[in-house]
Amino acid sequence: MTKKITIEPVTRVEGHGKVTIHLDDNGNVVQSRLHIVEFRGFERFVQGRPYWEAPVLVQRLCGICPVSHHLAAAKAMDVIVGAGAGDGLTPVGEKMRRLMHYGQIFQSHALHFFHLASPDLLFGIDADPAIRNIIGVALKFKDIAVQGVMMRKFGQEIIEVTAGKKIHGTGAIPGGINKNLSIEERDRFLYGPDPMNVDKMISWSLDAVNFFKDYHKKHRELIDTFAAFPSSHLSLVRKDGAMDLYDGVIRAVDAEGKKILHDVNPQDYLKYIAEEVRNWSYMKFPYLIEYGKKDGWYRVGPLARLNTADFIPSPLAQKEFEEFKAYTNGKPNNMSMHMHWARLIETLHAAEMMKELLNDTDLQKNDLVVKGTKVNEGVGMLEAPRGTLFHHYRINENDQITMANLIVSTTNNNEPMNIAVRCVADSMISGQKEITEGMLNAVEVAIRAYDPCLSCATHALGKMPLEVSLYDSKNNLIDKKRT
Amino acid sequence: MSEKIKFTIDGKECFAERGQNILDAATDNGIFIPALCHIRDVKPAGACRLCNVKIAGRLMTACTTPVESGMEIENDIPEIQDLRLAIIEMLFVEGNHFCPACEKSGNCELQALAYRYQMMIPRFPYEFPVKEIDASSPKLIIDHNRCILCKRCIRAFKDENGKNIFAFKKRGHKLQINIDEKLSANLSDEMAQKAMDICPVGAIIRKEKGFNEPIGTRKYDKMPIGSNIERVI
Repeated sequence: MTKKITIEPVTRVEGHGKVTIHLDDNGNVVQSRLHIVEFRGFERFVQGRPYWEAPVLVQRLCGICPVSHHLAAAKAMDVIVGAGAGDGLTPVGEKMRRLMHYGQIFQSHALHFFHLASPDLLFGIDADPAIRNIIGVALKFKDIAVQGVMMRKFGQEIIEVTAGKKIHGTGAIPGGINKNLSIEERDRFLYGPDPMNVDKMISWSLDAVNFFKDYHKKHRELIDTFAAFPSSHLSLVRKDGAMDLYDGVIRAVDAEGKKILHDVNPQDYLKYIAEEVRNWSYMKFPYLIEYGKKDGWYRVGPLARLNTADFIPSPLAQKEFEEFKAYTNGKPNNMSMHMHWARLIETLHAAEMMKELLNDTDLQKNDLVVKGTKVNEGVGMLEAPRGTLFHHYRINENDQITMANLIVSTTNNNEPMNIAVRCVADSMISGQKEITEGMLNAVEVAIRAYDPCLSCATHALGKMPLEVSLYDSKNNLIDKKRT
Repeated sequence: MSEKIKFTIDGKECFAERGQNILDAATDNGIFIPALCHIRDVKPAGACRLCNVKIAGRLMTACTTPVESGMEIENDIPEIQDLRLAIIEMLFVEGNHFCPACEKSGNCELQALAYRYQMMIPRFPYEFPVKEIDASSPKLIIDHNRCILCKRCIRAFKDENGKNIFAFKKRGHKLQINIDEKLSANLSDEMAQKAMDICPVGAIIRKEKGFNEPIGTRKYDKMPIGSNIERVI
């Protein structure tokens, strides 16, 4: 009798999804899928709205990293108002946005590592779910929990002074920004009382990287083999090959490190990237056109970014980058659990970038906005915490949006997450007589490494209890457990 | 100087010019009576009904009723305040007021009143009407989703040559504001901004300059609506 296992919803991720695993008569996995069961529809209902509303409207896709959508839409609108792509803004316009973005990267990465992922690492994948959560972390590892909360708070407060609000602000407008940074606002972050200053954030970020490296030494097999599989990697990089999370050209490398997308202009993304629809998920499957639907998929996010970039333009993160690259002899790193390592190096980079920007007097300038000759189409891209984010809009002669296409980070990672699920299902569930909660959590750990934001990816808000259902070959429910 | 007449609002002794309407007189005496259609020195319309007060047991709109000597007006009483909240709720459910992405948020009088009256979930079902956006004018956008038909723009706004650019069209529940596309095309940026400022909600939006005011500096970010009137006395 074949069986079908359903994990619904997947827990400790942003948004709502489910996993189904089909087993044959011998308990071997014959099919596994990550289904995204939300539907949002932002691309449709932004149509007809005035273009300058998009950065504020579309960010409502998400409460975790709205800044990414806010800035990607604003960057597309920069093109539309004739301010140019990427580097056309005034120094204060671009740097205020960068500060907002690095604050966002910092808080989102801290949220993911400390609140969502750390319970699996600190207690073990198969630990009792009653303690394998952020409350368990707070009770047993108080210092780590406090760091997580305070780092997140710091990033959120950076967002507040640049966007006006911690969540869903209005700072970025077409062609620039609506405020600069006052000296008082700046000094809070540079010289604030311990621990709320940027030096402490750099120090804590370094501690977090070291925590992971120590963990790696003790759990090498788990970290190096769990859900590891070869893939291509895609991200934006600065024109000189440096990691740049706010702007750049699109680069992709294959599993061996060969460039397969050669630093192309984001405005031309449609020449290189397409999306496939499959009838069992609301989330599309993007792929590189040149390599086709079957082989053209790629990973995005922290791991991909460290695989595509030539260097990181901040000293402490660069040192960690060199160690990260040395681990795989300079080749791309294809180990899913190394996503955590990459994410923490990026957290350190974000902290360093915040310090550099806070010390830049351009942030106190007053020339906030530039505009040129209006055009009817624009693409805005950036590296969101979870990976490459595409926003593409067209407008009509009355300034109303007529088309919006959003390819969000998690959508780019759709195929990789499905493959990661398959890897874990094959190695941990296939052929087992008894399916334990720990095995099912292992599937979730693989998904969680990608820090998916399923709400954004389908362009709902879900509660996250774990429900596991067991079906026989005729789809009859024979067992059901819920935490 | 004309002789002032004496009256009371909720028992408080007040003074007014003869012929002055109750709403303006209340304002001059530091008492806030909410209104969405009224603009001082423009002929009142009594359109929004938010300024209803009770005089001798009867509901009267404060904007259209002149003060009389010895008048005893009830304003801040539970019955009236709940009536006002009901009207605010009705305005929300009759349109499509999505504050999160509205550039008038923070400067919107309807939103500010909803906060002041602590509107939670409206007692009426949302209608989610299908409404359109008229973006044909090169200077202004009319978003019918947000229009509360207060008539302020029709009564209080004229272009540089003194011509009306706003008017009503259609009838009954199809009634809507219409903009003269040709005349509005000649508006200066300042006049377009004035038109936007006259609108109590986000139904009239000048083009290409949205969200220029940072959060924290908008009209109602720091002070609830009406508090400027109440602080005067």
